[in-house]
Amino acid sequence: MSRLIWPALFVLAAVVPFLHPSGYLLDVGVNIMMWAVLAYGLNVMLGYTGLLPLAHAGFFGIGAYTTGILTLKAGWSFWLAWPAGIALAALAGLLLGLVAFRTRGDAFSIFTLGVGVIITLVINKWDALTGGNDGLNGIAPPAGLEEASRAIGLKLSGGFYLLALLTLALTVLIVARARASSFGLSLLAIRGGEDLARSAGVNVYTHKLRAMMLSTALAGLAGGLYATYVGFLGSAVTGPTTTFTVLLYLLVGGLGTLAGPLLGTALIYSLTQTLKGLQDYQYIVFGPLLVLLVMYAPHGLAGLWTRLRANRPARAAKTKEVSGA
Amino acid sequence: MLDVENLGIRFGGLHAVRDVTATVPAGQITAIIGPNGAGKSTFFNLISGFYRPTTGTVRFQGEDLTRRPTHEVVARGVARTFQTTTIYRELSVLENAMIGHRVRTRAGLLDALLRTPRERQDARGSRDGALRALERVGLVRQAHLPAGALTQEGQKRVGIAMALASEPKLLLLDEPAAGMNPEETVNLMALIRELVAGGLTVALVEHKMSLVMGLADHILVLHHGQLIAQGTPAQVSRDPAVIEAYLGSHAHGGQMGQGAQGGEAAHA
Ligand SMILES: Nc1ncnc2c1ncn2[C@@H]1O[C@H](COP(=O)(O)OP(=O)(O)O)[C@@H](O)[C@H]1O
Ligand SMILES: [Mg+2]
Repeated sequence: MSRLIWPALFVLAAVVPFLHPSGYLLDVGVNIMMWAVLAYGLNVMLGYTGLLPLAHAGFFGIGAYTTGILTLKAGWSFWLAWPAGIALAALAGLLLGLVAFRTRGDAFSIFTLGVGVIITLVINKWDALTGGNDGLNGIAPPAGLEEASRAIGLKLSGGFYLLALLTLALTVLIVARARASSFGLSLLAIRGGEDLARSAGVNVYTHKLRAMMLSTALAGLAGGLYATYVGFLGSAVTGPTTTFTVLLYLLVGGLGTLAGPLLGTALIYSLTQTLKGLQDYQYIVFGPLLVLLVMYAPHGLAGLWTRLRANRPARAAKTKEVSGA
Repeated sequence: MLDVENLGIRFGGLHAVRDVTATVPAGQITAIIGPNGAGKSTFFNLISGFYRPTTGTVRFQGEDLTRRPTHEVVARGVARTFQTTTIYRELSVLENAMIGHRVRTRAGLLDALLRTPRERQDARGSRDGALRALERVGLVRQAHLPAGALTQEGQKRVGIAMALASEPKLLLLDEPAAGMNPEETVNLMALIRELVAGGLTVALVEHKMSLVMGLADHILVLHHGQLIAQGTPAQVSRDPAVIEAYLGSHAHGGQMGQGAQGGEAAHA
């Protein structure tokens, strides 16, 4: 039954652009799906492996800028530049991991935060390549997307929406497969206790490196999509503010769950859009909301959902559900 | 089977293990005893590659394992359990054992993403290997329970199953009977005997002298990190240096004497 929920959800979501929704609604949809992909990437590290890297938006930036630069300055097709950006983000993740995994715990988070800041600085200062403060302007939509959209009776915005949906579906599939494998179980072992995992025979270092590469590849995936969708890149979006925003999505949605990253991003992104008029006062709403969440749903929305479901038929099922989440 | 030579490690000024040369013979039960803080757990940590020795070598089946990372030592066939019950309490019993079996599977991230034949084969192998280990410790029926829901004794068995799932030739048990009542201890002894009868070599650290004297073929005595005696239970319990070490420290003297009698009776 629950195996069908995801496919059903994606099919339903795919129908939306054919119902002539407003451009605003489609835009919100694309943004939620794009940021959710980034949250899924962070979830691989924080949710499954138990490590908090704080350079995530930096890898998003590497994916975005690689895509932007290759299409704008080297004349590459988006369909080649995008995978190149993903590969480069994964490679950068590997390089960071080789150094950062010599540290543990808080030191790891702080080290990666520093690297994140450096990535943003490099993007900001390397004028010749990245456009520096002015950013990159006029990144084109993917070749053929507009024509393909028209062919099925949609506008370009509808095409972008479907592209984002496919990207999200691919992401969920990838993360679900990784999680269900013995590779994924080894990540949970590392999360549960690095020393124990090591003693049990898990090669902790290589598993961490692979997890990091998957995590940053997903960040690059989201980044490339962002570049072509927004059409403009500035260095600010690659900075710690974005990392912490995505971290908030993830925490709200539920760490280490398959639904959490999407749920959290959908809720908080929509809320931010709704409360935009309040400007800085929106934090008067956000602050208490977070406090309530920590108090009543420490495992996020996804954890709340499993608990409610477990409570209905039999309380006994509860422990099993939570451990399986 | 396992030979250590001049093995030692220092923590700052403290020689936790010092110049230990000893052998763990294949197919037998070797007990490592000694007062608290004697360096027994540290000795295991050195063998399993968990700590890097400052001096000496560790050879297993003729191969030098000194300074190898732990997962390679496990891959060669040396598995261990911890003194305090250390398992994944929030994961299922089966998943705990599957983690122990990970060292026998090769499928990586790409295999998982592409669902390669190797991934499918490893997934099956991992389940089967884990179930075999659970069968050996009698936990098949609890396979799908969260490990944390088991009794203290059950959790100890999960720890042993996790080690067994790596298909070891040598099993290191650090105080396996700690916190067990007499009946559970007897069951544990039966389990260890069964494992050895099945061809496994066991080395264990234990405080319960009845268990040591009744079970061990061979005993190593550590004191202040040094090997002060080794031999059969009968030999060791008569050794003046051992008696001195135990009388010199608290409480264990009485247990030692009692256990020795029990041990000799069992051997007669
Ligand atoms: N990682 C470590 N760092 C510093 N000291 C340690 C460490 N591990 C063990 N020791 C010290 O080494 C000595 C032997 O400890 P241990 O091997 O645990 O003793 P036993 O298991 O025989 O009771 C103790 O004094 C202990 O404090
Ligand atoms: Mg000890």
